[in-house]
Amino acid sequence: MSGTLPVQIGVGKLFMDPDPDRAREFFRQKSRALTDKTMSVKDAVATYIQDGEYLAVGGFGTNRIPTAALHEILRQGKKGLGISGHTATHDFQIMAAGGVINRVDVAYVVGLEARGLSRAARRLFEEARVDVCEWSNAALAWRYKAAAMGVPFLPTRVMFGTDTGKYSAAREITCPFTRKKLLALPALYPDVAIIHVHRADKYGNAQIDGISVSDLDIARASKKVIITAERIVSDDIIRGDPTRTAIPYFCVDAVCEVRYGSYPGNMPYEYFSDEDHLREWLAADSGPETLRPFLDKYIYGTKDFSEYLELCGGKRRMEELRRLEFLGNGPEVA
Amino acid sequence: METRLEKEGYLVSYNPMELMICLAARALEDGSTVVVGTGAPCAAAMLAQKTHAPNLMVLFEAGGVGPILPTMPISVGDSRTFHQSIMASSMLDVMEACQRGMIDYCFLGGAQIDMYGNINSTVIGDFHRPKVRFPGSGGANDLASLCWRTMIITPHDPRRFVEKVDFITSPGYLTGKGSREAAGLPPGTGPYKVITNLCVLGFDEDTRRMMVESVHPGVSRDDVVKNTGFELLWSKDVLTSEPPTDEELRVLREEVDPMKYIIGRQAA
Repeated sequence: MSGTLPVQIGVGKLFMDPDPDRAREFFRQKSRALTDKTMSVKDAVATYIQDGEYLAVGGFGTNRIPTAALHEILRQGKKGLGISGHTATHDFQIMAAGGVINRVDVAYVVGLEARGLSRAARRLFEEARVDVCEWSNAALAWRYKAAAMGVPFLPTRVMFGTDTGKYSAAREITCPFTRKKLLALPALYPDVAIIHVHRADKYGNAQIDGISVSDLDIARASKKVIITAERIVSDDIIRGDPTRTAIPYFCVDAVCEVRYGSYPGNMPYEYFSDEDHLREWLAADSGPETLRPFLDKYIYGTKDFSEYLELCGGKRRMEELRRLEFLGNGPEVA
Repeated sequence: METRLEKEGYLVSYNPMELMICLAARALEDGSTVVVGTGAPCAAAMLAQKTHAPNLMVLFEAGGVGPILPTMPISVGDSRTFHQSIMASSMLDVMEACQRGMIDYCFLGGAQIDMYGNINSTVIGDFHRPKVRFPGSGGANDLASLCWRTMIITPHDPRRFVEKVDFITSPGYLTGKGSREAAGLPPGTGPYKVITNLCVLGFDEDTRRMMVESVHPGVSRDDVVKNTGFELLWSKDVLTSEPPTDEELRVLREEVDPMKYIIGRQAA
């Protein structure tokens, strides 16, 4: 019977090494230099994302996502990437449409929440073109947390008794204190994290307004971190309000200024999601024959993200989305 | 389909979605905590707050805690989910509150559900080459594992209410009484109510099988049986579900969902 016995060992494939000492060796040689890390998105993606590497994407699907960097991954034709599907919605849709991934840790993929399912993303699974390992959202978040803590696993109480657990790579253990069953979730150290933030200084100190989702842990767990920011600010702004700093510079490898960088996703306190354009995406990715011209127009045929924004209505559209974000009451111009 | 009732001398009409939202809202006590998603669950929580439960504490899995919702969110992580909230937090902060035992209710839905309330939102067909791939657990497995009471809102049809789900994404009562605890899940948790467009179901104490508690006005027992792919238990005194009050309908239509994003949808 499917999934009705307690999980002992998940049958899923563990894509990433949870060994904390091998991770420590990596972090030992990672630069601590306080240097100017600003660069173009193009250079950041070319320098820090190699074919075959495993990515973690910050934000929450259509909220505070690093769209510019994801487009650039497609433009540069990266291949064989792994991805953590921790509420990956539009971000996953982009990667699926570009055919750049071959393995996925799934908690939430394929759907764009209430907006519907991405056919391009579904095809990857239904045609068995990706290796899949199942998890839950909290499980992937705890896996990042374990890596951020520098321990090989965290004990938790989710996924028991289910096929989600069976098709994961988790293992059941017994608590040494209470003898209770616990599910050990292996640390997840992504090769690269891409996180969009409200502001960062040139060194990579980054601040997030609103919910942080799992990004504090993603930034600390990942070997390389690319930050895209609405605004690059002076170091004084960060030091003047350090309580808001979510990610310290020594985690960060590249800092790219991308105004409206989460578009068509929502950026809290900045602009709301562009539901019309997300609908256009869902319609276009319904079949390969409509997807290709759509990607040619918006991604492969544009030189960078600013050209894409222009195609999507430019400043006028962004101002409309700002008004929506502030429920019609807020500042209208950036 | 609208149901029209002669009530205190005038005609009240409501659709099945409105009834489902009202029934869900009434189950949430004042002062309790609930993790909701978008859609009907969020509408139910908002309705409860604006009627009998002003101190119902609403959380969203992406980190929104205690918002004053200005409009219906589109995403579980959009700005609305922490609008004027008491805290803009993180996913683990919310999930760990669940794991600690601080969260009373959560809401789930899915593509398939069985008699123990096990839910499939992952695949139809073979896991390795599915006929249909759905999103997967998201936070559903976590919430169903850790919150005290899981509420399920779902359309009621034989394609969904099946003898055996293709994949157990989120745990109900697994194989019956005691099986959640045996599997390792925290004791005292599990599905509480299933609210459909036809009836409200609970779970039998002895077997943990789904049991009809009330049938909606205008719906027959036979309608419920025909739309369920497994054998149902029936409570000793099956009631007729209490229809929405005028006040509930007014608040729902004017304050909770004036654009009819949710209540304008088909319930089945």
